[in-house]
Amino acid sequence: MATAQRRLGASEGMLSRADSSVRRAARLARRKPLGAVAALLLLVLVLMAIFADAVAPYGPLEQDTSAILAAPTQNHLMGTDNLGRDLWSRIIHGSRISLAVGIGAVTLGTFMGMCVGLASGYAGRTFDLVVQRIMDAWLAFPGLIFVLTIIAALGPGLRQTIIAIGIGFIPATSRIVRSSVLSLKERDYVEAARTIGAGNLRIAFRHILPNLMPIVIILTSISMAAAVLAEATLSFLGVGVPPPAPAWGSMLSGTARVYFLSAPWFAIWPGVFISLTVLSWNLAGDALRDILDPRLRGE
Amino acid sequence: MTQYVVRRLVAMIPTLVGLSMILFLLVRLMPGDAALLQAYTGDDLVLEGETDPEVIDQLRRELGIHQPIFVQYAVWVADTVRLDFGTSYWTRKTVISEMRRRLPVTIELLVMSITVAIATGLVVGVVSAVYQDSPVDYVGRLIGILGLSLPNFWIALLVILLPALWWNYLAPPGYTPFLDNPRENLEKFALPSLTLGWSLSASIMRMSRSEVLEVLRQDYVRTARSKGLAERAVIYRHVLRNSLIPVVTVIGLQIGALIGGSVVIENVFGLPGVGQFILTAINQRDYPVIQSAVLFAALGFLFTNLIVDLSYGFLDPRIRYE
Repeated sequence: MATAQRRLGASEGMLSRADSSVRRAARLARRKPLGAVAALLLLVLVLMAIFADAVAPYGPLEQDTSAILAAPTQNHLMGTDNLGRDLWSRIIHGSRISLAVGIGAVTLGTFMGMCVGLASGYAGRTFDLVVQRIMDAWLAFPGLIFVLTIIAALGPGLRQTIIAIGIGFIPATSRIVRSSVLSLKERDYVEAARTIGAGNLRIAFRHILPNLMPIVIILTSISMAAAVLAEATLSFLGVGVPPPAPAWGSMLSGTARVYFLSAPWFAIWPGVFISLTVLSWNLAGDALRDILDPRLRGE
Repeated sequence: MTQYVVRRLVAMIPTLVGLSMILFLLVRLMPGDAALLQAYTGDDLVLEGETDPEVIDQLRRELGIHQPIFVQYAVWVADTVRLDFGTSYWTRKTVISEMRRRLPVTIELLVMSITVAIATGLVVGVVSAVYQDSPVDYVGRLIGILGLSLPNFWIALLVILLPALWWNYLAPPGYTPFLDNPRENLEKFALPSLTLGWSLSASIMRMSRSEVLEVLRQDYVRTARSKGLAERAVIYRHVLRNSLIPVVTVIGLQIGALIGGSVVIENVFGLPGVGQFILTAINQRDYPVIQSAVLFAALGFLFTNLIVDLSYGFLDPRIRYE
């Protein structure tokens, strides 16, 4: 009886919790309409990437020799390229590359940056000094030039692109995390934890790390925008994800440019999708920043 | 002031040492060395098919890449300090002679882009703030967020493509030195620098808008208005000057992105600048060129940041360098 009651109470609690999170989301959407639109767009893009095989009318490499450089028609919504490949299908499949590089690079860069920043800020002293000088030297490379140099060392490819872009995020992320750690470690609750005998590791992971989450979430969203843009740029320059993989950037590069005048749709659509994705991540980042950490407003 | 500059320059030394080490290691990590590449592509030094180990050894010796890595690093640093930036493995021309040809192209592109960016960014940002929440403001903010999100290579492609489609106007490709033909030079740089300037202007726009909004709420602005100053004078004399500092900081932060952007823009518009040089060198694994060109880019970045820091004192006399 008692357990049944408790179970009932629990499920009621869960229900009202779900209900309140829906209501909270609705309230947030009303307060941040742009952010909500961006979140919706991102959801569509993610679904598009997951169900690419089901959504795309053709395979990304499937050639239709009867329709080379065909203008948009019912059969080929966005037209075809110089090899008779359906542009719309390639764009749908390309969202996978863009998303994979985004998630991979941001996970790598944010995780490493967070570790370096946490260690450097928390340890302080000589360790901090040495790490920060290395980061200084690292940050003295103009961003894209550094990523290009890493790409040159690793060679082209999907995995290499993810690693190169991810590594590029480490110094800036670690800087931001470090400065948060510096202020967090002076808080009273850290002092209190130390008084009751908590060790350094426990303080760093149980008391400081959770409080870094708001800033890390904001950074993640903004880094996603940067990563998608970087992947597109690298593929465009011919050093990112190599053809025939349908990376959005490489659809605009090299030999494709020859056909732009006769088949302009070819130049338009990949760019529209890159822009929409980057714009959505930026807008989502803006909204998250306003919600999670209003002090960071004003760039 | 002089003391401050000297101190900043000294502080740059450890950064430069670290930077050169990271750069050197990265370049050495690259798979396949230049000797192998040259041998396999049938460079005129090596006859077709003649890729036996001895020839490659010989080539490595010629290029100096047979020595241990720290010796190579020491040699490179010693050479660089004496302003000897090495010779391209491929063209056999000295890097410095290539740089002399290419640096003016990139510098002209960067200077014109920054001018475009500051001019449009400041004007749109300030107008946007002064007419907050008006249609003008919405359009301004839209231009800003689009500039942040549209990839610059796509804008560049459209800037070439759309006039060609609509008006049959094809921008003249390539590069003409300013002294040869100033008009043609400016015509060829107009579209590239507008494109690159737009992406930079976006952050200047957003920053100056939020800064002007902030300053407009200050007491001294109310005082200036209440003593009967014309709105124009209030904006120019009191608001604008006081909102410039963070804007300058943003410009400094964006210089890195600008240098990266120049690689892309030079590629699309076919400008023979440093960016193209780096990109080609990376594809050809031309170690000396990658090392020196990237080093140039990083140095340019560091010095521009120094100039940005120095301009604070010029904009705000309250800031002293100690």
